[in-house]
Amino acid sequence: MVFRLSSFPEKTEVFWGGRFLVLLPVQKSHFLPSHFLTSKKVSVKVSHLLKIYDTQRAVDDVTFEARKGEVLGFLGPNGAGKTTTMKIITGYLPQSGGKAEVCGFDVAEQPMEARARVGYLPEHNPLYRDMYVREYLAFTAGVHKVKNAAKRVDEMVERTGLVSHRHKQIGELSKGYRQRVGLAQAMLHDPEVLILDEPTSGLDPNQIVEIRQLIKDLGTEKTVILSTHILAEVEAVCDRAIIINKGKLVADAPIQELKQQFTGQALVTVEFAENADKNLLAKIKNVQSVKNLGKNQWQLTAPADKDIRAEVFAFAVANKLTLLELRKETYSVEEVFQQLTK
Amino acid sequence: MFSIFKKEINTFFSSLIGYIVIGVFLVLMGLIMWVFPEFSVLDNNYANLDTLFGIAPMVFMFLIPAVTMRTFAEETQSGTIELLVTRPITDWQIVGGKFLACLALVAFALVPTVLYYFTVYQLGAPPGNLDSGGILGSYIGLLFLAAAFVAIGVFASSLTNNQIVAFVLATFLCFFVYLAFDFLSRLPIFFGKTDDIVQAIGIEYHYNSMSRGVIDTRDVIYFVSVIALFLAATVLSLGRRRW
Repeated sequence: MVFRLSSFPEKTEVFWGGRFLVLLPVQKSHFLPSHFLTSKKVSVKVSHLLKIYDTQRAVDDVTFEARKGEVLGFLGPNGAGKTTTMKIITGYLPQSGGKAEVCGFDVAEQPMEARARVGYLPEHNPLYRDMYVREYLAFTAGVHKVKNAAKRVDEMVERTGLVSHRHKQIGELSKGYRQRVGLAQAMLHDPEVLILDEPTSGLDPNQIVEIRQLIKDLGTEKTVILSTHILAEVEAVCDRAIIINKGKLVADAPIQELKQQFTGQALVTVEFAENADKNLLAKIKNVQSVKNLGKNQWQLTAPADKDIRAEVFAFAVANKLTLLELRKETYSVEEVFQQLTK
Repeated sequence: MFSIFKKEINTFFSSLIGYIVIGVFLVLMGLIMWVFPEFSVLDNNYANLDTLFGIAPMVFMFLIPAVTMRTFAEETQSGTIELLVTRPITDWQIVGGKFLACLALVAFALVPTVLYYFTVYQLGAPPGNLDSGGILGSYIGLLFLAAAFVAIGVFASSLTNNQIVAFVLATFLCFFVYLAFDFLSRLPIFFGKTDDIVQAIGIEYHYNSMSRGVIDTRDVIYFVSVIALFLAATVLSLGRRRW
């Protein structure tokens, strides 16, 4: 007898329990393509998005999804198309082709419903400098027709840590506090999706840590799409990252996978005068992989913090090989990123 | 729309703009009506407020663009337009809110001039010897005129991110729509044949017509059309990033 406990097409494990074959849903591993992870609700769906300015393709066939409870990082060099994509999702710019949906509402066909579910923090955090913090938040609450506006404003002021500054004019606040005001107005109407364009740009290190923590907390309840070109930020805050370069989607993977690809690896190039056995080379302590570059030249990969040159020398001595060249290179995170986005 | 209206009014009165506009208007009107010998009612010897209604459009032609120049130009320059436009409100609601706020400010400026009415009322021989109906009609005409100028000013502001350009453009447009058609009607092409029609496109014709004290529906329709036309143009201009 077969009991199907779940109707989702997830990866299933088969347990042989006595006379019964039981199909159980298994914890989704992050090696699955994202469109099989259907148990979390998709809140932002972008398909084949296209934006053309004259001859330039600012956004070129970009497709991705974002789910509730997820912080999605948009990574890419300046001018890659991150901000343009975000402006299309928020409804500021129209797309030249493709579709963008927020919580099932098409941003072009049903703009009012889509916009009501999006909280947006634009790139330079534009604010009315001569308004007071609470006045501005009350105005935003009025526009969004938030119920219990005054209470909600007070909640947001507390949540973003603006309590001591709530009576000041926005123009009087420092950059970090202005960024918090921007975040507060984005969260005020409790949207399901938050779109933050470079939320930590221009902040000092302390402020960056605080804002990142706030974003991480928000990410557990909502969908957060945040754009940045700081790789450390993606690692610190995001669950998944999308890399965009010159308008095209270059990578779409969970952070763990990207970390494995991006963690600096030490590359040691070694050349012997004689033939060396690949298997023996692979057995050197800390060596992760061995690649033959040509006649007696090998490239050994090791974790960035381990220097294997001493072991390679010892290996050469032990196997009576003449060492002609021993060279070490490390790819930093930035270099790998540059490689991907050349 | 009401939120935007409230916010704009608060901005007028939290900065100096609101007070300066009202102050300048009233001081200027007061000086012209009562102090300057050539124009003053006291030297005029007639119990009417014709000076007010004759001079006010000219003053509005400069004052109203000064009020409306920041409505959209400042938002475009500071980038707040991006936030405003991505809120769940329609473009018409945004334009409507800003238009009504500017109009309300101008109306606030006009309200104290009712004092002039009571002054002339008392100064008349005998007291009360003035054309109240005509004056009421003139006030209504002036309000419509102000509304039309505000619509023009808001449109000009939406075209640019530079407030000075918005001001100059608005002043020019106000001048053109108010006076120019009267001048144009004197061109040989039009004079004697279609000069009436050309004149009727201009605001002055309808404003003077309303000042007679009779609210002609043709004039009301005209003003409403002008206001609607410029507000629609503003909404179009607001949506031009979508083209």
